[in-house]
Amino acid sequence: MLQNNDSNWDLVIKGRTSLFDIKFKDVWAYRDLLFMFVKRDFVSFYKQTVLGPLWFFIQPIFTTLVFTFVFGNLANISSDGTPHQLFYLTGITAWNYFSDCLTKTSTVFKDNAGIFGKVYFPRLIMPLSIVVSNLVRFGVQLVLLLLMMIYFALFPVENASFYITHAIWFFPFLVLLMALLGLGLGLIITAITTKYKDLTFLVTFGVQLLMYGTTIIYPLSYINTSYKKYIELNPMTPIVECFRYAFLGKGEFSVYSITYSVVVSLIILFFGIVIFNKTEKNFVDTI
Amino acid sequence: MSNIVIKVENLSKAYQLGQIGTGTISRDVERFFITKVLGKEDPFLKIGETNDRSTKGTSDIVWSLKDINFEINKGDAVGIIGKNGAGKSTLLKLLSRITGPTAGSIKVKGRIASLLEVGTGFHPELSGKENIYLNGAILGMRKKEITQKLDEIIDFSGVERYIDTPVKRYSSGMYVRLAFAVAAHLESEILVVDEVLAVGDAEFQKKCLGKMSEISRGEGRTVLFVSHNMSAVKSLCNKAMVLENGMLKYQGAVEESIAVYSKNFEESLAQNAKHYNVQHKINCFEVGVFLHNKKIFPNATLLLGDKITIQLQFQALESIFDLSIAMDILNIHEELVAHVTNEDDGMYFSKVEKNESFNLEITTRELLFSPGIYSINIWFGVGQQETLYTIKNAFNFVLEQSDYTKRTKAIPQQSKVYLHTNWLQK
Repeated sequence: MLQNNDSNWDLVIKGRTSLFDIKFKDVWAYRDLLFMFVKRDFVSFYKQTVLGPLWFFIQPIFTTLVFTFVFGNLANISSDGTPHQLFYLTGITAWNYFSDCLTKTSTVFKDNAGIFGKVYFPRLIMPLSIVVSNLVRFGVQLVLLLLMMIYFALFPVENASFYITHAIWFFPFLVLLMALLGLGLGLIITAITTKYKDLTFLVTFGVQLLMYGTTIIYPLSYINTSYKKYIELNPMTPIVECFRYAFLGKGEFSVYSITYSVVVSLIILFFGIVIFNKTEKNFVDTI
Repeated sequence: MSNIVIKVENLSKAYQLGQIGTGTISRDVERFFITKVLGKEDPFLKIGETNDRSTKGTSDIVWSLKDINFEINKGDAVGIIGKNGAGKSTLLKLLSRITGPTAGSIKVKGRIASLLEVGTGFHPELSGKENIYLNGAILGMRKKEITQKLDEIIDFSGVERYIDTPVKRYSSGMYVRLAFAVAAHLESEILVVDEVLAVGDAEFQKKCLGKMSEISRGEGRTVLFVSHNMSAVKSLCNKAMVLENGMLKYQGAVEESIAVYSKNFEESLAQNAKHYNVQHKINCFEVGVFLHNKKIFPNATLLLGDKITIQLQFQALESIFDLSIAMDILNIHEELVAHVTNEDDGMYFSKVEKNESFNLEITTRELLFSPGIYSINIWFGVGQQETLYTIKNAFNFVLEQSDYTKRTKAIPQQSKVYLHTNWLQK
């Protein structure tokens, strides 16, 4: 009798499973769903607004204007010899993608409690679809950045220059890295908030503060104080620096610092997936 | 080669009662320490608490399901029945992997799809067709599969004309039709269905029931069906299991299971009669129910078209002017389906003397409510206003479809009453 052998069964649902029992095969089987969600997000966003995808432009434009005024003109913070507007816009574009991934995945369980309570599909599909959905917005903002770059190439400003470097080939890699880091942090937060709601409040201003701890409004080379090592500890810093170097030719990073970002991102992602996977089994009972 | 497609072993699920959130960190730490560091049993999961909602337990943890064991063979249509809180929904949730078991295991052969709700994930802004794809994908279909069946789904739903319109413009009926059409075309070997059929109009419901029996009988797929509607269970399932307080009370052929459930139900309901003597002016000491001159109380399974007699024996403790008596008949959803009073038949109690006692018989005409579960509340008062004495759940009964109607299918659940009609061709 082989009846007790689990391998005879297509699916075994058990109370206690190993922490690392993550069903990537299931996620792959549901890949169509991922793209359905992406499509849904895009269509619903587009349909409910008057300006449609134009909204994707408005936030970075205004933020860039404000940053240029406050940090560029008033505070006179260096932009490493590149035009202020471009300097901020590259930072904002990269940061927006990261922070969107982070904040939106950090509420996955709460936002989807209804659907998660009614039907099973690998829960990881949802955060993954968010990361992919955000790519659309990121892409639109990237177009804005390219338009601005063309403008500044045609009408250069005094004492400021920029050029695209070979690091541009690393662009997809940088995007992936931001996605993984944002996803990983988001997964950890959403898993914890199913039980301890307090963390939700932390996310909004935490992300904002973290932006100031990343080299969005100042170049890394500008800091010469002891704070520098803390800024460098932030895994987003090398990514943003490399991103900026790719597009504007200015940025301070090394193979060492990028490797650091990769390692930290992967560790966070790993923990994120494990804790998310652990939470998804029973979160319906506690949320 | 065995035919077992679902095997459930020692399945249990515990829920925590009360507030979740505050004070749980310290408890979680304690729990972690005891279970993981010391390797002892979780002290918060006290053994032996059953899920009886009416009595207060000693622990915050309640076992919604406790040590459930069963096996289901390929091609069976199994009804899961039990009263509210018996653990049906929990079992469904575990089978559909929405939440995990606390202990035990479920082993499944083949793809399992569950329908706890129709139209999960429907987005109002998307068109009917887009929603078919989205909902199908949520239920586990591949895009290719959906494309293959698209025409069939649209045809089944009967909303072809609106298929490119956003579903927010749909009527609720169309919405449900479309949603069920997607679900009905799932190609899973096992289908788990909640009472989603309690939606849509009668015609569509019949179509759904038909489709489901086609699934289990025709295509040899396995269906698990949870319902309160005994006639639906009877017509759809060949086997059934009865859950009570989180435990498996009975498992077997559908007829026997329903009999066990009904008996169970009557017994548990009979204990529920609650007398409230509000003003101590009157005392009702006996409630009896008779069917064909035979006392049936407290066992009560009535058939559509039965006439019953309710006997009330009460005594006035003080003199009462203008005593009135009313009887409310409520369905399972606590909706009032009938209100009866002494004035209906022209009987008045304008002056009742102290210590005067009564033996009252109220005889109904044919009971023509839709089959279902009903309870009767009795009210004594003054002038239809002031309450003296009430009996909640004085008598509860299950009304079953009978040959009073010649139809073979179940009377749809949404219909409140059965209207007897004569059909004549001229």
